[in-house]
Amino acid sequence: MPDGAIGTPIRRREDQRFLTGTGQYVDDFNRPDQTYAWMVRSSVAHAVIKSVDTSKAEAAPGVVKILTGADWAADGVGGLPCGWQVIGKNDVAMHEPPHPALVADKVRHVGDNLAIVIAETKAQARDAAELIEIDLEELPAVVSMADAAADGAALVHEDVPNNLCYDWEIGVKEDVDAVFDKADHVTVLDLVNNRLVANPIEPRAALAEYDPAGDHYTLYTTSQNPHVIRLLMGAFVLSIPEHKLRIVAPDVGGGFGAKIYHYAEEAILTWASKKVRRPIKWTADRSDSFMTDAQGRDHVTTGELALDKDGHFLALRVQTNANMGGYLSTFAPAIPTYLYATLLAGLYKTPMIYCNVKAYFTNTVPVDAYRGAGRPEACYLLERLVEQAARETGIDKIDIRRRNFISAAEMPYQTPVALEYDSGDFIRNLEDGLKSADYDGFAARRAESEKNGKLRGIGLATYIEACGIAPSAVAGALGARAGLYESAEVRVHPTGSVTVFTGSHQHGQGHETTFAQLVADGLGVAVENVEVVHGDTDRIQFGMGTYGSRSLAVGGSAIVKAMDKVVEKGKKIAAHLLEASVDDIEFDAGTFRVSGTDKELGIGDIALTAYVPHNYPIEELEPGLDETAFYDPKNFTYPNGCHIAEVEIDPTTGEVTLCSFNAVDDFGRIVNPMIVEGQVHGGLVQGIGQALMERCVYDDQGQLVTGSFNDYCLPRADDVPSFTVGTNEGAPCTHNPLGVKGCGEAGTIGAGAAVTNAVLDALGTQGIHNIDMPATPHRVWQALQQSNG
Amino acid sequence: MATSTVSMTVNGKQVSADVENRTLLVQYLRENLGLTGTHVGCDTTQCGACTVHIGGLPIKSCTILAHQVEGADVTTIEGLADGDKLHPMQEAFRENHALQCGFCTPGMVMSAIGIVERNKDRLDEKTVRHELEGNFCRCTGYHNIVKAILAAHKEMTA
Repeated sequence: MPDGAIGTPIRRREDQRFLTGTGQYVDDFNRPDQTYAWMVRSSVAHAVIKSVDTSKAEAAPGVVKILTGADWAADGVGGLPCGWQVIGKNDVAMHEPPHPALVADKVRHVGDNLAIVIAETKAQARDAAELIEIDLEELPAVVSMADAAADGAALVHEDVPNNLCYDWEIGVKEDVDAVFDKADHVTVLDLVNNRLVANPIEPRAALAEYDPAGDHYTLYTTSQNPHVIRLLMGAFVLSIPEHKLRIVAPDVGGGFGAKIYHYAEEAILTWASKKVRRPIKWTADRSDSFMTDAQGRDHVTTGELALDKDGHFLALRVQTNANMGGYLSTFAPAIPTYLYATLLAGLYKTPMIYCNVKAYFTNTVPVDAYRGAGRPEACYLLERLVEQAARETGIDKIDIRRRNFISAAEMPYQTPVALEYDSGDFIRNLEDGLKSADYDGFAARRAESEKNGKLRGIGLATYIEACGIAPSAVAGALGARAGLYESAEVRVHPTGSVTVFTGSHQHGQGHETTFAQLVADGLGVAVENVEVVHGDTDRIQFGMGTYGSRSLAVGGSAIVKAMDKVVEKGKKIAAHLLEASVDDIEFDAGTFRVSGTDKELGIGDIALTAYVPHNYPIEELEPGLDETAFYDPKNFTYPNGCHIAEVEIDPTTGEVTLCSFNAVDDFGRIVNPMIVEGQVHGGLVQGIGQALMERCVYDDQGQLVTGSFNDYCLPRADDVPSFTVGTNEGAPCTHNPLGVKGCGEAGTIGAGAAVTNAVLDALGTQGIHNIDMPATPHRVWQALQQSNG
Repeated sequence: MATSTVSMTVNGKQVSADVENRTLLVQYLRENLGLTGTHVGCDTTQCGACTVHIGGLPIKSCTILAHQVEGADVTTIEGLADGDKLHPMQEAFRENHALQCGFCTPGMVMSAIGIVERNKDRLDEKTVRHELEGNFCRCTGYHNIVKAILAAHKEMTA
């Protein structure tokens, strides 16, 4: 097997620069004559802006320019667009209120943008910002969705009655109600899916530069999808055509969804760079991140599962309220609808499903996709319901899953909520998971814990997710305002080395290594002779970027498609040189051969001939060996798996210790198992964080209480154990050329439900059957006191 | 804003500059010396991305003024490798896939070396996890970082 072949855990090439401090993140870039920006933000959640007086600040040392919402409005530039339109019940479109980058009339959340101060140094910009006199007339804030929906509630946007963004449904309610009426058993659960802050360790940053000579803009930004930013900002906000706007997203220090969206600062800096005719750099501090990075989750849900007397699921009925925050972030409307409700079948044959989602505006930071995006919420609801139903009916929680799983033989499987699963062997994952977790040994471990005065619990989450987003026609029919294909260019150089240009973006995923493995495998070249380029709209023809675990499934498939074109052209060149019919040329491991003979040429010879076309079919074939492709997926991909958590609770303190976590995942075919395991580990800790620690809190005035790492409980090394993770490659994706499904979000999707189920398994021995995430010591202790009281 | 001269040794090189008195060490390293390997991930001394060595001890450079380290010997991530030969901790991070986006990595590596130095005789997973509590990583889930530090401990104390 050649070094770097698909399936081998080669070490990452990008590590050299990250380990030696030579990575190039946005804040590491500097441009000649650069200025620095500081954003002036609202300190209150909801208020009318009476005045913003910048006169004193403008006189402060080093100040170059101060721009406010009035300037933004006066220039007539657009607001930040929303990329997905949800159509609700009775064909009523969602409300889509304006989202000015700098606000002039009123503020709608703590952190809303009032002004930008541009100065010679960052310290001067910050000092001057202190001198701006802002007169805000506070309004009552709506914080929770119950507040937002209440009669007479203050309105976040005056033209959105009841703060209701949309009221959407999937399934036929009457039909599902009828099944519930006749069911032998109904399990009901009220759940909160806690609001989270993504918190990549690199804060967002931007550096904008205007070149008057060419009337051209360049923006360096911390983005997961630079071409999408170019499209949104250029076409919808600032009216800059693509050929005059370059977006560079260089090394990016983590994203987790929060760096997908088009943010106000990107547009403000680009707009202001033309006014000051100097480059402007802005770097968020962590407070900015908490106040302005799109947040995640925040659902309040009632879920009901109807069962027959044998524990077969008959129907699922769900009512979810989803918090959008103060404005619609780029993909926000799609998350609690098409990425959540469509996953509510899970791994089960539940024949009837109805889900109603009401999305509300509140005076909080906007909410959008955060790692998993809708799918962790669906998994959490389903797996909580399943284990609760098992407890109530007395059916073992493993048996109830087995009875209801879709079997491998039933693939492809059409669910009642729009998706068609292509592949998966859920029973095998379950069995492997139980073995890995030594499920049979749990009773003995529980007895041992009890001897020590501790409560022990084990919990499962069996999940499926929809990744590889997405077939463009399907996404378009559901309201997406973009295609969701990916693009690639495979450039074989004259001496046979290869540069790959991909529209996928890496911010921790290791594409420079994995994609090189793909190309080494596909073209039969040495892996070190392949370079991967990403993150620059001037170098890459187009791209939809990285999110929804789509890079390998969609971006990788685009690379395969481009390689196919290279091979096809190479065969024609080989046929000419070897004096054979093109139909007789076969390609394998870097060699073109006349079938059944020893006449052959390496891809290096073919490449050289393509660029030095002396003996070449020049009438029929262009010189060069450089092919581009766009790949539009045929279906979503469906990673799935079985996650098992085991916890021990100290009843005297309420402290939950995660003793072990075992994950068995089906990601289809694996290109680099080391990287895949790393993705699972990281995802797990984000899910465990949600289950046990993380919670974004606002007080009743909409003040962000968890606005720093002092208050927001991000998991640290000593909060989690080491993990046992494994994969099944027996059911590869059937509709993309690599058979891959995607692995970026799985850990986050399964972990929240598995850990909470484990906590409830432990607390169930004390008669406690519901607790909301995060199961902090305080919450657990309180539940135990009430139960014992 | 008042300025004054500060001098120190950074990665073996004597450096001196006139800076505002309020300049943090991390700002001095990044902005004056162009050593952008040291990162800033928070403003509350929680994340540890800015960790450097001062006189051989890991210190968060976001919480110390440049003037406070006058005359000191500072090592940043850029000064760890011996030419092309990585420090055993850097090598262990690569070998064990202990980094993903790379942003926390410089601080993580500097802290990790401190952990090994403090626990030369004996180091176990529990100690590593406990002593890593000053450094956030949002990508790796810490699993491989812990593995890397234990592997480097073996290498560094062999």
